[in-house]
Amino acid sequence: MKSLGSIRRSFAPWTDPGAKPYILFDGVTKKFGDFTAVNNLTLGIYEREFFALLGASGCGKSTLLRMLAGFEEPTSGRILLDGQDLRGIPPYRRPVNMMFQSYALFPHMTVEQNIGFGLKQEGMPRDQIAARVEDMLKLVKLTQFAKRKPHQLSGGQRQRVALARSVAKRPKVLLLDEPLGALDKKLREETQFELMDLQQELGLTFVVVTHDQEEAMTMADRIAIMDKGQVMQVATPAEVYEAPETRFVAGFVGNVNMFEGKVKSRSDDTIRLEGASGAEIVVANAGDAEAGKDVAFAIRPEKIRVSSKKPGAEIANAMEGEIYDIAYLGDMTVYHVKLSDGQVVKASALNAARVSEDQLTWNDKAWISFRPDAGVVLTR
Amino acid sequence: MADTTANQAVDIPKQGQEGGIIAAITSRLVIAVPYLWLLFFFLVPFFIVFKISLSQTAIAIPPYTPVVDGISDLFSKIGEFSFDNYLWLIEDPLYYRAYLRSVVIAGISTLLALAVGYPIAYGMSRAPISLRPTLLMLVILPFWTSFLIRVYAWIGILKPEGLLNQFLMSIGVINDPLIILNTDTAIYIGIVYSYLPFMVLPLYSALEKMDYTLIEAANDLGCPPLQAFWKITFPLSIPGVVAGCLLVFIPAVGEFVIPDLLGGSNTLMIGKTLWNEFFANRDWPVSSAVAIILLLLLVVPIMYFQHYQAKSQEAGR
Repeated sequence: MKSLGSIRRSFAPWTDPGAKPYILFDGVTKKFGDFTAVNNLTLGIYEREFFALLGASGCGKSTLLRMLAGFEEPTSGRILLDGQDLRGIPPYRRPVNMMFQSYALFPHMTVEQNIGFGLKQEGMPRDQIAARVEDMLKLVKLTQFAKRKPHQLSGGQRQRVALARSVAKRPKVLLLDEPLGALDKKLREETQFELMDLQQELGLTFVVVTHDQEEAMTMADRIAIMDKGQVMQVATPAEVYEAPETRFVAGFVGNVNMFEGKVKSRSDDTIRLEGASGAEIVVANAGDAEAGKDVAFAIRPEKIRVSSKKPGAEIANAMEGEIYDIAYLGDMTVYHVKLSDGQVVKASALNAARVSEDQLTWNDKAWISFRPDAGVVLTR
Repeated sequence: MADTTANQAVDIPKQGQEGGIIAAITSRLVIAVPYLWLLFFFLVPFFIVFKISLSQTAIAIPPYTPVVDGISDLFSKIGEFSFDNYLWLIEDPLYYRAYLRSVVIAGISTLLALAVGYPIAYGMSRAPISLRPTLLMLVILPFWTSFLIRVYAWIGILKPEGLLNQFLMSIGVINDPLIILNTDTAIYIGIVYSYLPFMVLPLYSALEKMDYTLIEAANDLGCPPLQAFWKITFPLSIPGVVAGCLLVFIPAVGEFVIPDLLGGSNTLMIGKTLWNEFFANRDWPVSSAVAIILLLLLVVPIMYFQHYQAKSQEAGR
C-alpha cells in the first residue's frame, strides 16, 4: 500500500502490535469541580517517541501533561510509566521532568545554578554536577552565559536554559508545555529543529503540548488531536493531514473544503456522492460509507486544480464557478471559487513558474477539478 | 495639499518642543513638592533640635540658653554652643544602657514579628484571589482604632486579674495568675501586636508577586515542598523580609507608649528616657541630644533599607 504524505518513517513502534506503550493513560478522567478537563481518555506513548498533544486552549492537553508530571492526580483511571502506576507518587519522585511555558527559571540563581538545581537535589557529587552543567551549557550553546542571572538573558536564551535544566537530570520522559510559545516566529522555526536534534541525541521520550499545528507537524512522530477532554485522533502528521477521521480533525488541522452530501451509490471501493445542490462527486477509497448515509467529503485546497477551461472527461470531478477572491502569497496563490450553489471553495496553486499562461482574475468563470483519491469521506 | 503637509511637518516639532518645556517644568514642580515637604517638616525641625542640643539648660522660658533671634544672632552666639550634653550622654551609663536595651528589645520584637507575620503573609498570598482583599482589610483594620486605646486594652488582657489569666485559670491550665504585665514579655507582645501590619504588608507584597510555577519547577526537579520553601520561596521574599523588619525595627527602637504602659516603671528604653528628660527633668538640651543620637543610630538601618530597595528595583524584581 502506498503510504500517506511524502515521508517514509523508519521509527514507528505504534505499528508493531507486540510493542508496549512506555506511557499509558488508561481511562483517565480529571474533573475540576463541575468541569471535566479530561474525559475517560486512553492513550499510549512509546519509548523515544516525540509525541505532540495538539488542541485549542481548554481542551485538556495541559491537564494531561500536568497529571503526568504529578501536579494533578486523575479523578479516575490510571497513568502507567514503564509499567509502574504513578498514582500517589509526588512530582519530586517521578522520573519525568517538565519544561514550563513560562520557563519558571529561578530568578535568584545564575544560569549554572538553575541547570544544576535538579542534580544538586539528587545528591550528585559537586564535580560531577559541574561537568554535567558544562555539558548542558555546551549543548544549548550558552557556555559564556553561565554566570548570568535569568533577567540578563534574552527570551531565546532563557528558553534554552529552561530546556537545559529540564534535561540535565536525564529524565525518562521530558514534558514540554508550549515550549516555543514565547518565541518569535523565526526563532521558533529554528528552535523546532534544535529540539528534534536534541531528542535524537539524548534518546528521550518527549511529550509536547502545543496549540500550534505547524509546530506539532514539524516536530512530532505522532500527534494526538484533542477536543473537550478527549482524543479525537492519534496519528502521524501525514495521516492526520491526509486521512483525518472526523470533521473536527479535518477542520482543525490545515485548511479544508467540506462538501456535505449523501452517498448515492457504491461499487467496490468507489462511491458517488450527491452534494446538497445536486452536484455529483466521485470518491475512491471511501472506507465504510454505505449508500444513503449522510457524509462529508473533505479535500485540501492544494489538491484542487483551478482552470479557465473545462477539464477533459478523464477528470472525474469538475465543477464550474466564479473567481470570488484571490490571495497571492508569493510561493502560492489561493483562489476562492464560488460554485453555483453558493459554496466557496478554496484552491491553492503552487507558483512553480514565474510566468503563468493561464491567468485568472476576479469574477472570471473558472473550473475546479480534482481526482477521486484527492479527498476523504468522513462519516463522523 | 503638498503645502499643508509641509507646514504640518514644520509645526509638529515646534509644538513638541513647547510641550517638552512645559512638561519639564511641571515634572520639576512635582518633584519639588516632596523635597519642600522634607525641608520644612524634617530638615528645619532637625536643625532646631540640633541647636537646642548644643545649648545649656536654664530655668526660663524656653528652658535653655542661649536663645537665638534670627540668623544673624546665630553667628554671634555660636561660641556659646557646646557639645557638653553629648559628653554627658557618654559619661552617664544610663543612656548607654537605655540605647542598648532599646536596640535589643526592638531587635527581639522584630524577629518575633517576623516569625508571626511570615506565616500570615504566606497564607494570605496563597489564599484564593477573591479572598485576598478581605484578608488585607483585616490586617489594616486595627489602624482604624486609636493606637493608645489598643495598647491600653492589652493592660486589661495581661494584668494578673485580666482576661488571659481568668481564661487560663477557668480552663485549669494554671492555678496562680501569670505575671505578664510590667515585664519584658508584655513589651514584646505590645510591639509585635502593634507593628505586625508593617511586617505583614511588605512580606505579602513580596510573596504575592512570586510565580507559583517556580515551586512546581522546584518540585519537578526533585525538591520536596519544605525544601522548596527554603530554596525558592524564602530567598525570593528577602526584599519583603528586609522591608518588614526595618519598618518594625526603626519605630520600635524609639517606642515610648508601649514600654511605658505595658513595661512598667523599671523599663529602661530610650523613648522613655527621652520623655523623662523632657517632661520630668525639663532638660531640653540633653533630651535633644538623646534624640539626635537616636536619629543617628537609626540612620544606618534606614540607609541600608534605601540602598537595598534601590538594588532590588535595579534587579527588576
